[in-house]
Amino acid sequence: MAERKSRKAPAAKKAKPKARARAAVAKRPAPKRAGAKKAMSRKAVAPAARGLTPSQTVGPYFAYALTPAKYRLKPIIADDLVTPDAEGERIRIEGRVLDADGKPVSDALIEIWQADGKGRYPAAGSARSNAAFKGFGRAASNGDGRYAFATVKPGPVPGPNRTMQAPHVSVSVLARGVLKRLHTRIYFDGEPGNARDPILALVPASRRATLIAKRAEATGAMPCYVLDIRLQGSGETVFFAS
Amino acid sequence: MTATYPRAGLKADPPSLHPDYASTRTRSPKQPLVVIPHTLSELTGPVYGQESVLSGDSDLTKQHAGEPLGERIIVSGRVTDEDGRPVRNALVEVWQANAAGRYVHEVDQHDAPLDPNFTGAGRCATDAEGRYSFISVKPGAYPWRNHHNAWRPAHIHFSLFGHSFLTRLVTQMYFPGDPLFAFDPIFQSIPDVKARERLICKFELDLTKPEWALGYRFDIVLRGRGATPFEDGSHG
Repeated sequence: MAERKSRKAPAAKKAKPKARARAAVAKRPAPKRAGAKKAMSRKAVAPAARGLTPSQTVGPYFAYALTPAKYRLKPIIADDLVTPDAEGERIRIEGRVLDADGKPVSDALIEIWQADGKGRYPAAGSARSNAAFKGFGRAASNGDGRYAFATVKPGPVPGPNRTMQAPHVSVSVLARGVLKRLHTRIYFDGEPGNARDPILALVPASRRATLIAKRAEATGAMPCYVLDIRLQGSGETVFFAS
Repeated sequence: MTATYPRAGLKADPPSLHPDYASTRTRSPKQPLVVIPHTLSELTGPVYGQESVLSGDSDLTKQHAGEPLGERIIVSGRVTDEDGRPVRNALVEVWQANAAGRYVHEVDQHDAPLDPNFTGAGRCATDAEGRYSFISVKPGAYPWRNHHNAWRPAHIHFSLFGHSFLTRLVTQMYFPGDPLFAFDPIFQSIPDVKARERLICKFELDLTKPEWALGYRFDIVLRGRGATPFEDGSHG
């Protein structure tokens, strides 16, 4: 249990009353609840601070498991988020993933998480059927580094301190050479809320454009928003510590 | 800044740039990360639970007409958060090379045989105690071109969701005593030795099935909301 000791130490060192109270709570045995008995009888597992499992790269070979349309496994998460009940304007979001030299990253995994057109996330813990709007999608980049999603344009969602956040999509970027998931967002050009968005406000003004997708000239039936993701170098995308 | 999920535990993660792992040199951001508060967008996340998976999805040895070659293994464990609470009804996805060290992926050109009876991809959802279990064969080590004579230690890729956008984790599980650990820049990218060792599963006789398969335990810890107690259900 060396790891438990090592995690407790820094909390005690800071000696903030709140932290101490938390540590005390953590030491308390698990509250009794229905179903707990069975588990406890097999092995006593009391809540206690544990060290996080560290991240590793997704590597180059994830496609047959995570985006397996070409392979045998049936995909359960796809690049088309549009369900019959999805409320909002149907749109495409697309772009390229590029490395420091501007070369396409052809083995990236892009995941998006978003609210629907009315700014609603599925309620926490709701395991919706696959016919209901999930708000989550996954796409692998192709040989040109290109990714694309079909989805609905999200509405504004509440932010901290009674602010409103402009419509946005949360994005995870995973790839060979990316040791831990990169977190960014896609905003939409021309949204009046962008100017007041509490997260964009934290980003240096000169770098905000790296988060704002531009509306492309309509070529198909659906409006299309375009944003490239640059992992490093000129025009590097803003990534978040969250 | 409001951080509902404490950030302290994240120092277990590798840095984005680990030059010995060559691909990180052009794929790691150089600009500082922008620290943001945890808003509704970060505190929510998708649920792909029991309803998303079929019970057969977790047995990688039963996806074809015959049984794959290799050493049959059971990999089981518990997914909890940093505070020890079980992460229930959460999707766990795995993928791996076959026993010869070859991936089904079309880009893998390693000169080792494919196994017609092994794809190497599976998934399951955790139960009410956060438990998951897979049946597979032990993956082989394989060469890669990072540096001269570079070989990856045997590993299984894991992808986990947890209960919010912030708890998403993609990682790799390794096997005890692998002689390649010392030479693998991906494993070595994790600066803290103890954190690194948490990616090594443990052989357990209790999990091992006589006359059938070796059992390995791999417990996984996702980010937690701090030690504030939650009533049952409010966390999941």
